[in-house]
Amino acid sequence: MMNRIFILSCFVLLAACRKGVVIPRVESEMVRNFQHSAPPDGKVRGLYLLNEGNMNMNKASLDYLDLTTGRYDRRIFTAYNPEVTRGLGDVGNYIAIYGAKMYLVINNSNKVEVVDAHTVTRIRQINVNQCRYVDFYKDKAYITSNDGYVAVVDTATLEVEARIPTGRNPEQLIVAGNKLYVVNSGGYSPPNYEKTVSVINLDTQQEIRRIEAGINLHRMALDAYGDLYVTSRGDYYDVPSKIFVIDTHTDQLKQTLDIAASNLYIHNDLAYIYSVEWSYITGTNAISYTLLNVRDETVLDKSFITDGTEKQIKIPYGIAVDPETEDVFVTDAKDYVTPGTLHCYDKSGKRKWSVMTGDIPAHFAFLKTN
Amino acid sequence: MQRQANYVAHAGESRRNLWSGRRGAADTMAALPRNLWNGRPDAADTTAALPRDPSDGRPDAADTTVHPARDLKGITVEAKRMQLLIRTSHPVQILAGEDLQKRNSLSVADAVRFFSGVQLKDYGGIGGLKTINVRSMGTNHTAVFYDDLQLGNAQNGQVDLGRFSLDNIDSISLYSGQQNNIFQPARGFSAASALYITSRQPGDSAYGNARIRTGSFGLINPSVRWQQKISKRIYGNVSAEYLHAHGRYRFRYTNGAYDTTAIRNNADVKAWRVEGGLKGYLKDSSNWTFKVYGYQSERGLPGAIVANHFEYSQRLWDRDLFAQAGYNKQFTRRYSMQARAKYTHLFTRYHDPEYQNEKGFLDNRYTQQEVYLSIANRYQIKDWWEAVLSMDFIANKLDANIYRFSYPVRYTTLVALASRIYSERFEMQGSLLGTMVDEYVRFYTGAGSKRELTPSFSASWQPFAEHHFRIRAFYKNIFRMPTFNDLYYTFIGNTSLRPEYTNQYNAGFSYAKPFRGRLQYIALQADAYYNNVKDKIVAVPAANLFRWTMMNLDKVVIKGVDVSLRAGMQPVDGVDVTLGVNYTFQEAQDQTPGGYNYGHQIPYTPRHSGSFTANASWRNWDLNYSFIYTGERYSQKTNILINYIEPWYTSDMSLSKRFSRYGITVEVNNLLNQYYDVILNFPMPGRHFRITGNISF
Repeated sequence: MMNRIFILSCFVLLAACRKGVVIPRVESEMVRNFQHSAPPDGKVRGLYLLNEGNMNMNKASLDYLDLTTGRYDRRIFTAYNPEVTRGLGDVGNYIAIYGAKMYLVINNSNKVEVVDAHTVTRIRQINVNQCRYVDFYKDKAYITSNDGYVAVVDTATLEVEARIPTGRNPEQLIVAGNKLYVVNSGGYSPPNYEKTVSVINLDTQQEIRRIEAGINLHRMALDAYGDLYVTSRGDYYDVPSKIFVIDTHTDQLKQTLDIAASNLYIHNDLAYIYSVEWSYITGTNAISYTLLNVRDETVLDKSFITDGTEKQIKIPYGIAVDPETEDVFVTDAKDYVTPGTLHCYDKSGKRKWSVMTGDIPAHFAFLKTN
Repeated sequence: MQRQANYVAHAGESRRNLWSGRRGAADTMAALPRNLWNGRPDAADTTAALPRDPSDGRPDAADTTVHPARDLKGITVEAKRMQLLIRTSHPVQILAGEDLQKRNSLSVADAVRFFSGVQLKDYGGIGGLKTINVRSMGTNHTAVFYDDLQLGNAQNGQVDLGRFSLDNIDSISLYSGQQNNIFQPARGFSAASALYITSRQPGDSAYGNARIRTGSFGLINPSVRWQQKISKRIYGNVSAEYLHAHGRYRFRYTNGAYDTTAIRNNADVKAWRVEGGLKGYLKDSSNWTFKVYGYQSERGLPGAIVANHFEYSQRLWDRDLFAQAGYNKQFTRRYSMQARAKYTHLFTRYHDPEYQNEKGFLDNRYTQQEVYLSIANRYQIKDWWEAVLSMDFIANKLDANIYRFSYPVRYTTLVALASRIYSERFEMQGSLLGTMVDEYVRFYTGAGSKRELTPSFSASWQPFAEHHFRIRAFYKNIFRMPTFNDLYYTFIGNTSLRPEYTNQYNAGFSYAKPFRGRLQYIALQADAYYNNVKDKIVAVPAANLFRWTMMNLDKVVIKGVDVSLRAGMQPVDGVDVTLGVNYTFQEAQDQTPGGYNYGHQIPYTPRHSGSFTANASWRNWDLNYSFIYTGERYSQKTNILINYIEPWYTSDMSLSKRFSRYGITVEVNNLLNQYYDVILNFPMPGRHFRITGNISF
């Protein structure tokens, strides 16, 4: 009897400890020291930030900064779409807005969530295995899959219509004119990395050539002059990270820049570049910030962070430039398992404010009014 | 982590490395020790029964043998309530004999959940990786010994306790610090805590037992063992087991808006185990032992249940073989010697068909070999004073078919000098361990040489002659070496790693009191401890999310209390009831200087955890109930809502009946069908059943 009472009381006591299900909700805060000097006819309303979350943790999350008020909302996808099983998913790899839709590429969840760009309510989920990046042309979305192809998705029906084969483990892709440029990394098979950029004619949806660049290619950005800036991660041993410049008019490799680059963002004539370059030889990360004039490919003698606060950034992991104010947004992913930080710098390079994000803040999309 | 973790390759550029990703979780799991009930079957008198060595609550191997013939006759039923006052100066928790077999446990992993201070890191299901973390110092700080010799795994420093079926196990003992008996191999001094798994030893009479288990997950698990006297001075036993399970089970996740139930896939396992032992006595009264052990398995590796990705297809094959021999001789009244040798060969193959490399799949093979030699010498200086000098030599080699692999070889020499003074009511011991590690690699850079000297002290004292109350304390300073994975795993390893150090301070007491009447005895013990782990080896980002590296970065400070209470009673004539309660409190703080999460509780470490067990016996019937509780935890270093993991608690019940030569047990586990994760996104099974039949011959 005594033990029965004991057992019963254990149940009662401990059952009280389990809080049960928690319906996700938005966590908001007003950014301290927020200031935003948009022009009166400015169209940029806000900034979406996709946090990757560490692999297997299922902690990809979407944050939104309202640039008109300075309110920062965390985890809005799961809050606005609580019915989506297991939420946004595992490893948010890319975000882009096209028309009224926003595409959230969730790598290890093998899906692209398509939501209303303004309300973030889900429209549809597109399944693409090991999806990486997305770009758009006319009424099609093109999504790279690490399985070695680009999935062609109709932006109205959101159905995968075709697959265009590429090299191994394609990463970022960018549309220039009627051509699609896809970097092939081959990152799963070191030391046999891929070295090329695939060029796909979007009218025929056929790969027309591969441009030899460097090993282990990753990110890309296009400038106003038709030059494509492609980053190479190197091999972390002897081959350093570089930038390759491809002329999209001639599809020729135009120049190789000995600038280490993890990521870059081009705004007007400037490329904002940061690099976290790991070396297995020294066992250290070399971190650098570079401003490059893309008109003549010259490196500026100043950085986009000028007040010394870059020392507080452990691992720069994402970058974007407000097209109207030229404020620079840089994220810090820290140790990848701690919430990151979003920093904002004014165009003179002084830090304006910082705010806590989700885990591994990485990818940006600006929300604009029409 | 961990399993998949260990074998998922040098992450492709485009994919976060599972190994390091999961590693974080593994490293930060917590636990603590103690609960000490000695199931010595022949302890006839609660108050007077002392182990042969008064300082050691853990019977030596010979003593732990549950003589199967007697087992059969149910004599151990009487023994189970013989509770000994724990006399060791190191906290120890023991599950042995019948008590162990009653614990609704399929494997050693299930059984260690009943120890306090312990967190079992469980990836779920029959085939899921299960490792033990004692007092929050990290999985790699617990050495696991099988029949007195350590199960070496230089590759990842971990032992999957889920692979050790209880079928052939006689006792499991967990020591904080080290085993109290200092007459042991030097390796016995070399870890922060030690789990001893002792298999059934060959005995006098010819005896056999066959058992079959079946139940949920498509479990089919037949086993057989046999022992007999081979000649006048030689005894032998053999044991074999097969396990097959499809491993599928239902799991459920909900947030109130969605409510999804699915079936765990790729969780099948198929395994063989064969082992045999010989034990012999020579004319000069010295004795020897010999044992071979083989295990082979193939299993699926169920992955993390993340949005839109529930199904996985990675597979793992293992082939473990070891042979060990021992020789014990007392040369004079004062001088004794033990010699041991062991050879271990571990083969692992990891296959990932989802890996997008040139071949379209990943197929990694790892072969580890270990040669182990040990000699221990004891000199009895006075009746109350002994000294031990032990020397071990260990050679480890790892081969792997991965890119840029170093092919490391590690030579470790351990020299331990220990001394102990003891009397009926007092004991004090100290040991000093010298560790010399030299590493060589065929390619690239090796980790070089390391020389460490680490001490340990302990004492226990019974202040009153007439009361069974004993106080104890220990201090231990020890480290773990970086594993081969930490050092050499392509794209992750860091050869400049230093050892990861722990300091442990423990003070506690044990108390036992027998009564006449319905309540027959109570036994209580409690310990408070302060541990710190410095230079903790953690995975940190290298170039990007796809690249991690290992660093000596973190510092953890652990303050804990373990309490365990056990009582035996006879509420009605003929009905014997045993109750046990364990409780653990732990504050395990990240105190990494300049860290992002200073002062936060480390991941997967509950502040409160505990268990309750009850057993009632009536004639040939046995009814068991057990309850395990793990309090709220965080899945990552930052203690915020998004990282919060709910508490979980499970109730297990079993009912057994013995007939003259047969026995049958029916079990229901996770009775309330609670869905929970021990490791985030690795769901545990809900309610499940097992039925076991056995026959003796």
